[in-house]
Amino acid sequence: MSDSIKSSVNDSRRDFLSKAAVAGTITIAPGILLHRTANAADNVADMNTSVSTRPLDEEVSSKNRWGMLIDTSKCARGCTDCVDACNEENGLVGHGRPESDSQYIRKVTLKDKSTGHELSLPLMCQHCETAPCADVCPTGASFVRADGIALVDKHICIGCRYCMMACPYKARSFVHEDVENQKLTAPRGKGTVESCTMCVTRVDNGGIPACVEACTAENHNAMLFGDLNDPNSPISIELKKHGGKQLRPDLGLNTGVRYQGMNE
Amino acid sequence: MSKIEYTSIQGKSLTYFALLGGLGFVMLLALISVFYMEHHGHHVTGMTNQIVWGMPHVFAIFLIVAASGALNVASIASVFRKKIYEPMARLSALLAVALLAGGLVVLLLDLGRPDRLIVAMTYYNFKSIFAWNIILYTGFFGFVGLYLWTMMDHNVYKFKKYAGFSAFVWRLILTTGTGSIFGFLVARSAYDAALMAPMFIIMSFSFGLAIFILVLMATYKWTGMELGDVVVNRLRNLLGVFVASVLYFTAVYHLTNLYATQHHGVEKFLLLEGGVFTNVFWVGEIIIGGLVPLALIFAPGVKNCRTTLSLICAMVIIGGLSKIYTILIAGQAYPLEIFPGYEVSSSFYDGVINSYTPTLAEIMLGLGGIAMALFIVVFALKVLRFLPVSLADSVADPHAK
Repeated sequence: MSDSIKSSVNDSRRDFLSKAAVAGTITIAPGILLHRTANAADNVADMNTSVSTRPLDEEVSSKNRWGMLIDTSKCARGCTDCVDACNEENGLVGHGRPESDSQYIRKVTLKDKSTGHELSLPLMCQHCETAPCADVCPTGASFVRADGIALVDKHICIGCRYCMMACPYKARSFVHEDVENQKLTAPRGKGTVESCTMCVTRVDNGGIPACVEACTAENHNAMLFGDLNDPNSPISIELKKHGGKQLRPDLGLNTGVRYQGMNE
Repeated sequence: MSKIEYTSIQGKSLTYFALLGGLGFVMLLALISVFYMEHHGHHVTGMTNQIVWGMPHVFAIFLIVAASGALNVASIASVFRKKIYEPMARLSALLAVALLAGGLVVLLLDLGRPDRLIVAMTYYNFKSIFAWNIILYTGFFGFVGLYLWTMMDHNVYKFKKYAGFSAFVWRLILTTGTGSIFGFLVARSAYDAALMAPMFIIMSFSFGLAIFILVLMATYKWTGMELGDVVVNRLRNLLGVFVASVLYFTAVYHLTNLYATQHHGVEKFLLLEGGVFTNVFWVGEIIIGGLVPLALIFAPGVKNCRTTLSLICAMVIIGGLSKIYTILIAGQAYPLEIFPGYEVSSSFYDGVINSYTPTLAEIMLGLGGIAMALFIVVFALKVLRFLPVSLADSVADPHAK
């Protein structure tokens, strides 16, 4: 890594840490939150500041398991703040071909067939522990990091799309055309497969995914990001208290994304 | 049967070069199609993020499955010692290799990054059945190549039975692998069935033999060499058994699904309400590809009619393509059941039946694979001695076991 990149990375970490301090959360020992802002008890914005403390020069490990918890009761129908933020973050632009345009995250509207109850939720890569996409990928381009983030290595993806056939959540997109104006933090490539990265660059730099940030910034607070391996992280505490459903639990994939407010 | 005499074809006639030229032209059109699709990106095809595998895969999988089955005749001769098939073993093995080459080229050229062939050959994820298939395809070329060598070089002839047996076992594993590409897809309602592997094996027997019979009859007709009814009728009856077996496996697959309530939705879609997919299933796969050929094969009035047999083989091939189309495209068209018990809608076509309209470029690529396979056969027949000089009844020996 060159000095300039190191320096910019360190700057951004410092920047983040200072913002985190301003936000009012001080964590001095793992999992022990000593101080919160006045209304922090149910303030997801505050809870979402529980993020990576791994130094960038340290290898990703299974000490962390990054995950998300979606509260569908707070997810408004018609709201696309998370989708818009994701598109902006990853440089996704539509070409007027919704069937082949890439979508990392989408809003899904559900209606319970027996009760008629309607709800709305964001659906993206579920970051499975035993991900079918990684299982079927012939070259190993699809893989799951030790910290639970499922990614595609764009350098060795051959564009066979078998991962798309295998994904139970239709979370993956194939890049059907030339890509222009790519974001430095979100490389893409024509002829390769892509999907939600849980904003891995942000997470590695101590940040939170763009979708969660946007949802929280607009005060919807339907998305909570954090470390599932830390029993004292807000996401783990919330999951322990109120539970969270995996999509297609019958497949036994141990997804990193969980949902509340759906029928069990 | 006395010693078999083999020959190559002269290949000097205008017809021969016209045939090679015609096949070459189709291959050229396929290459232009590939360039067009790769240059613009896959958005110019009918494939989308909803239907990710399209017409090229239908052709590719058909050819790969048929390749394994085309080796049938050789296997029956060398593994099961049926001497009547012995003279045709060389052609059988040649056709097998050629069909596999055609199928693989289509598969490769439809990749998002076909330029990364070396990556596909050097990075292996051994948990992936797709990666295993790459090894199985390569191995198939190797085993069948060795088998051909032992058949054609008297210095190594004594190893023929071992080579033949190895090729036979390998091709069973290969087609198990091809079927498992679908059988191992746990998330899609139409796949995820262990039956896929044996069903693909029996499909390979049927499709491969149909192509073999057509190639055999065309070759002997165009070269003016004799092909007796004994051989042809034996192949015809064998095809009948295979066509019936494919129908049987198809019935078992759907009956098993129909028994399980969770699969009622996808079965209703495939068998009743799938529109074009339902039509392709009933008309293409079952009637044209199964029932009519079966009736014609065992119809007494047309027993020695070569034209009818050609028609039967053509129908089996159309039925085969229809079957792969139904498995592949209809299986993707039916929505993923991510939220059981809910009606679903989204901007990404959740909960809706996906549609697929293949483009000319995709079809041309697929046809290019078939043309390439036939080009290899036509060219090889001129270069090496694959064909027995005569397959007349007196040579074939009707009493041979």
